[in-house]
Amino acid sequence: MVESTVQQSRSRDLDKLLLRPGNLVGPNFEPGPGLREDLKEYVRVLVVGAGGLGCELLKDLALSGFREIEVIDMDRIEVSNLNRQFLFRLEDVGKPKAEVAARRVMQRVAGVNIVPHFCRIEDKELDFYSNFSIIALGLDSIEARSYINSVACSFLEYDADDKPQEETVKPMVDGGTEGFQGHARVIMPGITPCFECTIWLFPPQVKFPLCTLAETPRTAAHCIEYAHLIKWDEVHSGEAFDPDDPEHMKWVYDEANKRAELFGIPGVTLSLTQGVVKNIIPAIASTNAIISAACALETLKIASGCSKTLSNYLTYNGAEGLHTKVTEFVRDKDCLVCGPGVLIELDASVTLQKFIELLEEHPKLLLSKASIAHRGKNLYMQAPPVLEEMTRSNLSKSLYDLMGKIPKDVVHATGTTNKNDKKTSVLRKLRVVFKGVDEITDMETAAGGA
Amino acid sequence: MAEPKTKYDRQLRIWGEQGQTALEKASVCLLNCGPTGSETLKNLVLGGVGSITVIDGSKVESGDLGNNFMVDESSVGQSKAKCVCQFLQELNDAVKAKFIEEYPEALIQTNPSFFSQFTLVVATQLVEDSMVKLDRICRDANVLLIFARSYGLTGLVRISLKEHTVIESKPEHFLDDLRLNNPWPELRGFAETIDLDVSDPVAHKHTPYVVILVKMAQEWAKSHGGKLPTTREEKKEFKELIKARMTAIDEDNYREAIENSFKVFTPRGISPELQQIISDSRSEIDSSSSDFWVMVAALKEFLANEGGGEAPLEGSIPDMTSSTEHYVALQKIYQAKAEADFLVIDQRVRSLLKKIGRDPSSISKATVKSFCKNARKLKVCRYRPIEDEFSSPILPDLQKYLTDEDYSVAGGFYILLRAVDRFAANYNSFPGKFEGVMDEDISRLKTTAVGLLSDLGCNGVTLTEDLINEMCRFGAAELHAVAAFIGGIASQEVIKLITRQFVPLSGTFIFNGIDHKSQLLAL
Ligand SMILES: [Zn+2]
Repeated sequence: MVESTVQQSRSRDLDKLLLRPGNLVGPNFEPGPGLREDLKEYVRVLVVGAGGLGCELLKDLALSGFREIEVIDMDRIEVSNLNRQFLFRLEDVGKPKAEVAARRVMQRVAGVNIVPHFCRIEDKELDFYSNFSIIALGLDSIEARSYINSVACSFLEYDADDKPQEETVKPMVDGGTEGFQGHARVIMPGITPCFECTIWLFPPQVKFPLCTLAETPRTAAHCIEYAHLIKWDEVHSGEAFDPDDPEHMKWVYDEANKRAELFGIPGVTLSLTQGVVKNIIPAIASTNAIISAACALETLKIASGCSKTLSNYLTYNGAEGLHTKVTEFVRDKDCLVCGPGVLIELDASVTLQKFIELLEEHPKLLLSKASIAHRGKNLYMQAPPVLEEMTRSNLSKSLYDLMGKIPKDVVHATGTTNKNDKKTSVLRKLRVVFKGVDEITDMETAAGGA
Repeated sequence: MAEPKTKYDRQLRIWGEQGQTALEKASVCLLNCGPTGSETLKNLVLGGVGSITVIDGSKVESGDLGNNFMVDESSVGQSKAKCVCQFLQELNDAVKAKFIEEYPEALIQTNPSFFSQFTLVVATQLVEDSMVKLDRICRDANVLLIFARSYGLTGLVRISLKEHTVIESKPEHFLDDLRLNNPWPELRGFAETIDLDVSDPVAHKHTPYVVILVKMAQEWAKSHGGKLPTTREEKKEFKELIKARMTAIDEDNYREAIENSFKVFTPRGISPELQQIISDSRSEIDSSSSDFWVMVAALKEFLANEGGGEAPLEGSIPDMTSSTEHYVALQKIYQAKAEADFLVIDQRVRSLLKKIGRDPSSISKATVKSFCKNARKLKVCRYRPIEDEFSSPILPDLQKYLTDEDYSVAGGFYILLRAVDRFAANYNSFPGKFEGVMDEDISRLKTTAVGLLSDLGCNGVTLTEDLINEMCRFGAAELHAVAAFIGGIASQEVIKLITRQFVPLSGTFIFNGIDHKSQLLAL
C-alpha cells in the first residue's frame, strides 16, 4: 500500500502525459497506468555510446519512465571528458565508460536497471540487438552509426508486396553534436529514411593533398599533417604513431614547429597539433544536454505514443541566436540497407565458399571476409576462432542445402568494405533466389514450415 | 588535480582562454532548483563557472525523485536547494557552490538588493508577476537575467537585459576580408610583381587567386572607365576572362579565382548592420559610455577619415592554392595593413578617452586589437523590459505568430503560458494540476486565454481546442527531458552572455515538444 503511493507520486509529472487522454498524440496511444507499467517492464532501450550524449541519454531515459536499459561503449574515461560527461569523476579516469555510467545512474534513480557492455559494437551478435524495443544512438562516428543502422535495418522484413512489416521495424533515435550545433533524428526503418538513405548529410572529411603537405605548405595544419603523416614514417621505420602517447604527440609538435619556422608559417601550437592529429571535435555540455533531451523525449513518444513524433530530422544551431529546424527527409527507394535487400540469383549448387567469394566481387556490395547468417543461425563465422572452426565445415556445402532447400529467402552478410579509403564494418541484407528450383518445392516447404 | 586545461580542452577550443576566464569569474544565481534549474546549473558547473547560489524554499518530495537527477531517496524531506547544491558541488570542486533555503518570490518581494551581487540570475519556473518584478530589479542593478520555464511539452527561454554588446560574435559563415573590390596600394604593388602569364607551368598553377583577381579586376577597370563588373553579363564576361588565362585543366588556383570572383563584385564599404551600429545614438559618447561604444566612436571616425569608408582590415586570409612563398608574403601584407589600421584606431581610442575625461590607457591594446579584427562582425542586442512586452506586445507580429502555419503552435503556447499564470492567480492552482476537474479547467483556461488575448488587443484570434486541452493535460508537469532541453538552452545562453562571445538568442524561445517546431517570438 505504502509502496504503491510512493511509486505513484514518484511519477507525478510523467503521469500527466501517460495517464491522460489527449488529441495531439500518437495513433496507438492508450493512456492509463497500464501504459506506465508497460514502459517499465517491457520496453527495453539500448543506448549506444556512453560519452557526452550517452551520459545524458541514460539519465534522461531513467527519468522518463524506462526501467530496462542497456548501454554499450568500448571507451575508457579520459580527463578531457569531464567538462561534459557528468557521470564521471576525476577518480574514474581509465575506467570503462559504460560501467561507470550505468552504476552512477542506478545509484541515483531507484528501480532502474542498466546493464553495461564494455566492448565494440561489432563484437555483439545480431541477436543481442534484436532484443531491444528502441535503440538510442549517442555516437560521434559516422562508421559506428552506419553499422548500428545496418543492424537495425537487418531486422526489417518485407511482405510479398514489398511493404515493410510493422512488427519488424526497429526504431532508432540518433543524436550528434559539434560545438554549438547538433541534430536529433528518428529513424523508422522502412518508413522514414535510414542513416544510409541520407548519408550525404555526412560528407567525408576533406583531407589535405599530400603534395601540398610535401611541397607547398601554407598553414599550421599543413605543417602538423606533414610531421604526422610523412615525417613520422620516414624517421620511425615500422613504429606506428600512437595519438594517445604524449611523447609521440610532442615529437609531431616539434617537427611541425621546425617546418613552420623553415617556411615562415605562424600558428603551430600543441593544442592545434592535438586537434588536427586526433581530429578533435569541440564539445560542450549544453549542446549535448539539448540534443540528448530531444532524443530521450522522442524515445518516450515512440514507446508510449503520448505525443506526435519528430518527423524526422531536427537540426539545432545555438551559435548565432538560436535556430532549430525540422526537415522531413524522404527514403531512398533504392537504399541497400533499409530496402528489401540486394537480389542475388544463384544456382542451387553454389557452395557457401563460392557465395562468400561472389559477395567480394558483387559491384553493389564489394564485401570482404563475409560472415553469413540465415534466420538467426550462423552458417559461417570469420571470427572468433572457435566459431570459425565450428562453422568451417559448412563452406563446402551448398548454400541451398544450408538454407533448408528454400527457393528464396533473406540472408545476412557481415564483413568489411572500403568507404572513403577506410575499412568499414558493414552488414548487408541479401535476397537470395535459387534458379531452376521447382516452384512446387516452394509450396511444400512453406506448408511444411507451417 | 588534473590540469584544468586538459579537463576543459574541448570547450577551450570554442571560447578560448579569455572566455574561460570570464566564466570562472562569474557568479550565477539560480531561482528554483527543479529539474529545469538544476540542469541549467549542471551544464555551467561542468564548464567551470566561478560560483553558484541555489535559491529554493521547498523540501524534496518523492515526486521530485521522478524528474530531478540531483535528488535521491535520501533527500526526501530535506531542503531541495541544499541537496541540489551538494550534488552540483560533487561535479566540480573548482566551483564555489552555496544555497539559500528561501522562496524566490519572497526574496524578490522583500530583498531586491540581494540580486545585485551576481553577474547573472537564472530564474526558473517563475510566474508572470514575479518575472516582471525581478526584471525591474535586475535591470536597475545591471545584472544579466535569463528566464527559463518547462511546462508539460512546452516551455520558454527569454533573456532580459538593457543591452549586450559583442565583439567576438564568431559567425560561422562570414565573407572573408580580402578587399579584392578595393585593394590598398601595398596589395596592388605586390600583385604587380607577379606575372600572370609566367611561362613556368608550376609557377602558373601556384599563383594565389587573390593575386589573379586583383590583377584581373585592375585590367577590367582600366578598360571600363575605372568601374568593376556590375551587371550579370559583365560578371559572366569577367569569369570567362579568368578562364581564358588558364593554361592547363588542373589549375586549382584559377578554379578558385572563378569561384571567388564574387568578392570583386561585392559593393565597397560597410554592411547595413554595421552602419546601424555606428549611427546608434550611443556612439555619441560621454564619460558614462562603455568601452564598446568608445571604440565604436573611434571606428566611426576611422571610417570617415583614414578608412575611406572601409572598416579596419581583419588581417587574416583563408587557405588557397599557392606556393608557400607567395602565400606567406600575402599573409604579411594583410597583417601589416591590419596592424596599421589598428594603430590608427588605437590612437583615436586614446584621444577619445581623454576627451571624455577617462584614463587614456583604460582600454587595453588587446581589446582594441580584438575590436579591430572583429569590427565587421559587431553585435548589439537589446531586450524589451518584460513588463512592456507583457502589457503591450508588438501586435501585428503577435497576430502573425498566432495565425501563421509555421508559428501558430508556438504562438499559441506563448499565450497559454501566460494564461496559465492568470489562471493560477485566479484559482490558486494551474489548470489540470489535479484530477477530476479537467473539463472545468479546460473551459476556464479557454475563457482566461480569450480574456488575455482581448486585453492585448488581439481580438478575432482563437486558439485551437486541441492546444488548450493539451495545456490542461500537461497540468504544470515538469518532465525531465523537457527540463533538460530548456535547461540546456538556458545554460548555453548564460555562457554566451558571460563570455561575450557568439550571439545570444533574441525574443522568446518557445519550445514545442510535440513536433519540435519550436520558434523564436520577437514581441
Ligand atoms: Zn535506407
